[in-house]
Formats: sequence, C-alpha cells, structure tokens
Amino acid sequence: MSSDWLYIGLFLLIVAIFPGAPILIAGWLAPRKPNPLKSQTYECGIETVGDSWVQFKAQYYIFALTFLIFDVEIVFLFPWAIAFNQLTLFGVLSGVLFIFVLFAELLAAWRKGVLEWI
Amino acid sequence: MTIEKIIFLVIAAISLGAALMVVTSRKLIHSALWLILTLFGVAVVYGILDAGFLAVAQVVIYIGAIAILFIFAVMLTRRANQDTGSQNNQYWWVAAPLSALLFGGLVWMMGSWQGYSTELPKLALEAKSGMLKQLGQLLVSPDGYVLPFELASVLLVAALIGAIWVAWDRK
Amino acid sequence: MSWNGFLAFVKDPLTEFAKGITYRLDVWGLSPELVNVIVKLLGAFVACMLSFALVILTIWVERKLYARVQDRLGPNRVGPWGIFQTVPDMIKIFTKEYITPDGADKVTYNLAPILAVSAVMLIWAVVPFAPTFFGSDINVGALYIVAVGAIGTLGIILAGWSSNNKYALLGAFRAVAQMVSYEVPMVLALLVPVLLSGTMGINSLVKAQSVWFILLAPLAAFIFFISSQAEVGRAPFDLLEAESEIVTGFQVEYSGLKFGMFFVGEFLHAFTISALFSALFLGGWRGPWAEQVPILGLAYFVIKTSIVYFFVILLRIAAPRMRIDQMLNFNWKFLVPLGLLLVMVTAVVEKLVIHYYTLWGLEFGSTNYLILRAVTHLVVNGLICVGALWLSQSFGKREPPRFDASRAVAVPPQSSESTATD
Repeated sequence: MSSDWLYIGLFLLIVAIFPGAPILIAGWLAPRKPNPLKSQTYECGIETVGDSWVQFKAQYYIFALTFLIFDVEIVFLFPWAIAFNQLTLFGVLSGVLFIFVLFAELLAAWRKGVLEWI
Repeated sequence: MTIEKIIFLVIAAISLGAALMVVTSRKLIHSALWLILTLFGVAVVYGILDAGFLAVAQVVIYIGAIAILFIFAVMLTRRANQDTGSQNNQYWWVAAPLSALLFGGLVWMMGSWQGYSTELPKLALEAKSGMLKQLGQLLVSPDGYVLPFELASVLLVAALIGAIWVAWDRK
Repeated sequence: MSWNGFLAFVKDPLTEFAKGITYRLDVWGLSPELVNVIVKLLGAFVACMLSFALVILTIWVERKLYARVQDRLGPNRVGPWGIFQTVPDMIKIFTKEYITPDGADKVTYNLAPILAVSAVMLIWAVVPFAPTFFGSDINVGALYIVAVGAIGTLGIILAGWSSNNKYALLGAFRAVAQMVSYEVPMVLALLVPVLLSGTMGINSLVKAQSVWFILLAPLAAFIFFISSQAEVGRAPFDLLEAESEIVTGFQVEYSGLKFGMFFVGEFLHAFTISALFSALFLGGWRGPWAEQVPILGLAYFVIKTSIVYFFVILLRIAAPRMRIDQMLNFNWKFLVPLGLLLVMVTAVVEKLVIHYYTLWGLEFGSTNYLILRAVTHLVVNGLICVGALWLSQSFGKREPPRFDASRAVAVPPQSSESTATD
C-alpha cells in the first residue's frame, strides 16, 4: 500500500473527527431548553399538517438515472484519456465512437421529451 | 502485525458488520445507508490492494450514483420509514441448516484451494501510472477489449432506454 | 544555523520542517513507519486547521465585496476594516441551542453536517500548493475529486431526509438533482485536461502545463467553472438554499453549529473549487522560478486562486437566481452535449496535431510545437463556441407555442339573448 493512499486514509480519519469536535463542544456550551413547541418541524409558521411524507415526481429518478449512465461512461473514458498519447488513430476513434453513441442517445432522449422538468 | 494487516482487519470487520445490518435493519432506508458503508469498505479494500483507480471508481459509481438511486427508489415507496414487520419468517428451521451446509461447503472448498499467498501478484509493469496507461491501451486495442468496450456503450444506452421506459410518466 | 540551512528553510519551509520533525522523532527511537504515520498525521491536521482558518478570511472578503458592489460599507466595526467580524459570528453560532425536531433520526441528523464538511475538506488532500508542498499525489487525483463530491451529495440527502420535514425533503431532492446533474459536465470538463496531458494526478497535471490549459481548452475551463458553481450551490444556482424561496431547503431544521457547519462547508467548497480551477486550468503553482524556490510557487498559487475566487464572488453578486427547470435544462440541453462534443473534438484534433505536426518536422515538445498546438486548439474551441451559440440562438428564435385563438375562455352573452337574463 503506497504512502499516498496512507495519507488519504489518515486525512479521512482526521476529517471525520474534525467537524465533530466543534459540534460536541457547542453542544456543551449552548443552552438546552427543549419544549414541545420548539421541537415541532417547521411549516412556514403554521401548525404541521399531515404526515411528513411527500410523493415525489418520477422525474427526480430519471435525472439520477441519466447521471448514473453518464457517470459510468465517464469512468470508462478516464483510462482511455490517460493512454491517449500512446494510442493509434483506431484507438482514438473507438473512444470517440463510444462517446458518440451516448451523445446520440442524449439527443434522442431530448427529442422524446424525457428531459423536461415538468 | 503490520499496519496494513490492522487496517484490513478493521475494514473487513466494518464491511461485514454493515452488510449484516443491511439485511437485518428494520427500516428500509437504514438498510440503504448501511449498504453505503459496505460499499465504502469495499473501496478501501481496493485501495489496500493498490488498485487506486478501482477504489475511486467504486466510490464515484457505487456511492455517488447507485446508492443515491437506491435512496431515491426507496423514497418512492411510502414504506421507507415504516418497520418491515417480523425479521424472521416461519420456515427458518429449514433455511438455517441449509445455509449452514452451504457455508460449510464453501469454506471447505476454498480451504482446499492451493493458490493463496500473502504477496500481491507481480505485474509486468513498473510505475503506478503505467497500470492505467496499460488499461487504457487494452480497452481500445483491436486484440484487446475494444469490442466489449463498444458493446458496453450500447449496453448503457439500452439500460437508459429501458429504465426511462419503465419510470417515465408519458403524457 | 548555517546560511545554507537558512536559505533552504526560506525556500521550502514545509519540507525542512517535516525533515526536522522526522529527525527529532527518529532520535527519540520510534520505528520509521510510525514516524512516517505521525508526520503525515500532523500534516493532515495542519491542512484541516488551515482550511478552517481560511474560511474566516473568505467570509470577510465576500461580505466586504458584496457590500461595496451594493454601494454600502459592509462589516467595519470589529477590527480594522471589519476583518475579525467572523469571530463574533462564530461565537454566536457556538452558543445557539441545538433544536432537534420531533421524530428526526438522531444518527443521520447529526451525521449529515459532518459528511457535508468532510467531503469538502477531503479535497484539500490532493491540491498541490507548490512543487514540493502537497498532501499526496495519488495517480487518480481527478477522479478522487469527483468521488468526494459524491460524498457531499450524500450528506445533503441525509440532512433532508432525517429532518422529518416535508420542505427539507423536497429541498434535499432538488438539491441532489441539481448537484448530481451538474457533476456530468464538470467531469467531462475534467476529462479534457487529462486528455491533453495524459495523467490524472493533480500535481502531474500542473507540471504538464507548460502552456496553461485555459489557453488550450477555454471551453472546458468555462464548462468547469459554471458547473462547479452549480455543484457548490452558489448563485446563480443557489435555489437550494434561497431564504426567500424554500427557506434554506434541506438545512431548515438545523440550528447552532450544525447549521454553521453547512455554512462553513459551502464557503470552503467555493474556495476549494477556485483552488482546483487555478490548479487545473491556470497552471497552479507554475510561474517563473517556481521549481527552484517552492515558496514562490505557493505565492503564485495563492494569487491565482484569489483572482478566481474574486470572479466567483462577482458572479454571485451580479447574477439573478435561476429556477430549477431553467437550471436543469441548461445542464442537460446545453452543457452536457457541449461537453461531450468538446471531448470528442479535442481527442480527434489532438491526435491529428500529434500526427501531422511531427510529420511536418516539428519536434514533439519543442516551443514551436507547443505554440502551434495551442493555437490549433484555440481555433477549434472558438469554432465550437461559435457553432454552439449559433445553434442555441436558432433554437431560441423558434416560435413559442401560442394559445389557440379559438380557445376562448369567457364568451360575452349575445345581445339578442337579453330576454334570457330577466
């Protein structure tokens, strides 16, 4: 295990503790006077109505899904980009074809109206 | 006990514990969150094995996209906050011996394999950046993996079309 | 201390300091592995403290600039020019009560601000301040930055869900939809410098910038700048926390220092993004004599980051807020296709440049080659820019859907039917 990743691991450890310490300290410093009215969840100043559940639109899911597809594509492209200087024209063009297939798919989804927020 | 071994044991314990919590949590959304911890443990194991690219790709894709998709999907159902009922089903007395048998069989099979070693396999590459360059070249070389590479893009397109077909609310 | 030792310390204080500590710990008889771990731990701790201290300064800069543009004075009571204004603000936030809402999921409620801040501070592990002054030069630096951004997104959705509040949940969904959408063009714009230099490590990217990447790939710089503003959630993309619209969205149930953590995380993220932009596109610590005198490299880096941060603040002051559907349309219908096209075209052009320019007798890596390569990429980027603008203009000129004339809503009664109204 190289020392670079060891540094990242140590950084992770410190960063996990670092914000936690002030929060704990402020927990001791701050007053603690809970009462039922204060602990109610916020609803623009009126009494809370209904359960705290919302049926959200499927469009959120579509956007997350599109992001997933493009994310996987980009992760595939990183090794290609790194090896770029040693690639032949065939290699470059196959990478371009990979991107182009997904580009065409994005345009097709746009035509179909999938990317509307409404 | 090198520091590598200690880290590995800790991470393995965390991953297995989190995986156990995934299947035994009462609330669905807690299962999703424990799953995130398990995936992170796997990423750290990749890091220990010196596969930095895979570790980061695991975090980017699994935790950054798939886990978020899981959480969205769980929230689409109204049951994310509700308890899922009794954790044991009524046929546990059949399932428990069967799974113990399966576990024993797997342990015996893997224990009798001779290929274990504590050394990382020696790769034919020198520098750490050489690995990624090699991977990139292999991905697009004609006698490498160029055909699976292109098919992967078609697969991604098919996945997107399929999921949109299922999830999209056509007017 | 000898003159040479003093000179070495002035030129490169951090390495000398680290060497000194290592020597001291070695003398105390600890094993070299443990010494290594301790020195790295100390370095990580110093980096974290520094980033927190930086936030105090950046908040002051932002408030002063905001005020001056709006023709008022800004904070000017506490300390000269109000420099220490953030300190009483922090004291106030420290002493505010934590009001946990009913039914909130305790563990995730408390974990969310920690995740949000950790995600930003983790980026500082790979930012190169100077040729010898960086956390770690892992060979997958660019993708590592995307990975920790993903952890930040997770923190937001945990915050929104665990608050047990409809509005927080809605705000969190929208925030995640926005952040996740804008990650795509950001990573595509990151792909272009990686393509041009053949390496993912941030320090190696800085070293490969004999010509700054903003000249080689200005469109990529533009895409990265805009999408990173949307990632952070700053104006004009700050619908996530607009006080007048969604009552700070997913942070509505947080009070006291937990809210302070989100706040600090956002400001730190904005500064971190400026640092990344200057490292990736403006040449980071590169400048005259930076390799010989690393402390000069640090100075160049700080100057470049400050200039970029200045523009980030100006963008926030000057631009009005965008609606969520405008934001997502802009992303998926303009930035992502532009990014994909840019990567494709840059790849092909770079390959042709390498092939033909070396064929025409220019040596690979010589100054003439670099200049010609920069000019070629600049021209191609300009063409793409013009094409994209022309296309978006022609899209905009299309007739918006008009109401059908026969779709009258209210018809006045006919005068011949006035007997019916008796």
